[in-house]
Amino acid sequence: MAKTLFEKIWDRHVVKTIEGGPSVLYIDRHFIHEVTSPQAFKGLEKRGVEVFRPKQIIATADHNVPTIDQHLPIKDELSRIQVQSLIENCKKHNVELYGLGHPYQGIVHVIGPELGITQPGMTMVCGDSHTSTHGAFGAIAFGIGTSEVEMVMATQCLLQSKPKLMRINVEGKLNRGVISKDIILYIIAQISASGATGYFVEYAGSAIRELSMEARMTICNMSIEMGARGGMIAPDDTTFVYLKGRPFAPQGADWDNRLAQWRELYSDEGARFDKEINIDAATIEPMITYGTNPGMGISVNGHVPALSEINDKELPSYIKSLDYMGLHQGDPIKGKKVDYVFIGSCTNSRIEDLRLVASFVKGRKKAEHVEVWIVPGSKQVEQQAIKEGIDKVFEAAGFHLRQPGCSACLGMNEDKIPAGKYCISTSNRNFEGRQGPNARTLLASPLTAAVAAITGEVSDVREYLETNNS
Amino acid sequence: MENVDTDQIIPARFLKATSRDGFGENLFRDWRYNADGSPKKDFVLNDPTYKGRILVAAKNFGCGSSREHAAWAIKDAGFDVVVSSFFADIFKNNALNNFLLPVTVSDEFLARIFAAIKKDPATSIAVDLAAQTITLPDGGQETFEINNYKKTCLLNGYDDIDYLLSIRGDIENFEKINEIA
Repeated sequence: MAKTLFEKIWDRHVVKTIEGGPSVLYIDRHFIHEVTSPQAFKGLEKRGVEVFRPKQIIATADHNVPTIDQHLPIKDELSRIQVQSLIENCKKHNVELYGLGHPYQGIVHVIGPELGITQPGMTMVCGDSHTSTHGAFGAIAFGIGTSEVEMVMATQCLLQSKPKLMRINVEGKLNRGVISKDIILYIIAQISASGATGYFVEYAGSAIRELSMEARMTICNMSIEMGARGGMIAPDDTTFVYLKGRPFAPQGADWDNRLAQWRELYSDEGARFDKEINIDAATIEPMITYGTNPGMGISVNGHVPALSEINDKELPSYIKSLDYMGLHQGDPIKGKKVDYVFIGSCTNSRIEDLRLVASFVKGRKKAEHVEVWIVPGSKQVEQQAIKEGIDKVFEAAGFHLRQPGCSACLGMNEDKIPAGKYCISTSNRNFEGRQGPNARTLLASPLTAAVAAITGEVSDVREYLETNNS
Repeated sequence: MENVDTDQIIPARFLKATSRDGFGENLFRDWRYNADGSPKKDFVLNDPTYKGRILVAAKNFGCGSSREHAAWAIKDAGFDVVVSSFFADIFKNNALNNFLLPVTVSDEFLARIFAAIKKDPATSIAVDLAAQTITLPDGGQETFEINNYKKTCLLNGYDDIDYLLSIRGDIENFEKINEIA
């Protein structure tokens, strides 16, 4: 029978199915971090249960770490306690920790792929909703709550009901200045912040296959922003070339065996999806959000929808959202003054993102009133940027290259956007207060963020690109 | 209010605790309190006439982050049931794992609940898990879905870890067959 990519992986990981209930799903890799793991460790200890398979768990500190002076003790007491608890718990339970100061430290969804821990065909979880990022390798990867973190620690399994399956096909060629972040913001704007709830999404089509691994990760990363449990892309040569030689990738004969298995991971001709959506890549323009959920996105040349364009039921939320954002119905978004630019997060903080921003800002200077924070996704990304001289380009432009962490994406550390200020951000959520109480977030691609850093306002990057340069 | 996300339910800056307790006081923090810490008078949970054990919300409740702290905060604030026409997946699992019952009703029924509360903030709504029904004082009733396994867990106070630990033998066997190191 024809199977989807999802079903091929799922079926291989079902330990057993409870009649009329969920399945027991085996989990290959489990990432943990300082914020959603302490209560799980405590729970285990309370039950008197050991961590079942510590070698299948990888830990890092990312959510509330400072992004300057990481060699000094963390100033915020509560953050320090959380990070310290992670160190102690990992030591006690024999879990590998890439903590502050380690050359592999970084945002959990950046380090998994760059170390080759994330591999096709795996089941992977983390107490973080952006775990869907790892689906870019053809893995079933999804975010879980802390009780589930405890379950996986105790048994390496989870109880899960099989989700519905959706395929989103993006066919054709992207416009100049349009990158993977624009694709996913466009998709979410089309189907809404809840349009994929209950589904696991496979992204397919020529425009997706053309993308690099890092660009694919950006797409899968934001699957949760339309409610999807996860997103995935069938692995191909792009995937295999990326993986080969990474520290935890299989080697020698093991690599050959795995590769043969990985080549079978695709949705068969005729496999059934509960829903299928087709998108023409050529219709996508550089995107930006204007509201307080990621579904509220428009082209940078668009306007904030007028009240008459919104259906009655959504009107109260919509009005509240515009009020929070200090925007007016019907206004064009282009030309809106911004105060902060944040380039970072598990969505867009990888080396390709930094290279792209550097290539655009080289020889340019930031607008005087704008504060620009560049937060690399990992220690390795930071070191690579320095090696390539990207840090110098940023410095010349007036940007601050900080140290790795989740940073202003969720403002758990000191990196908060002040109340009322506008921040164009390459992160994944524009919820009220996400980047700090009353901060106003405009989500966009690294390229759209870079141009705003230079002009000081929302701009169409295509007006600033040289003709033969994408 | 639609699309109530987990950053509203419990903002990230309050996720720094290492225990499960005490999150209730920061439930809906930025909607409930002004920057100076004084309560916002017009926010519904600050009005004692709306006090109760059932939280009623519009479509796509609990979207966003996987933080279980959202479920802990709601439970800690004294709620046992959340009613909406549509829940985000991860929130729903987190709620169930904390014996907080998410009840999904139709848009029409949700509108009737809101109307009943508006008319009488002290109105009493009955949720019967065994019968899987939610009932308004005027007798209006709807049934809700919950999978049998979870229902049994909730009614008997079991959790998934108890079950998973009981089948560790099967899990080890699965690892052997699949040559998982």
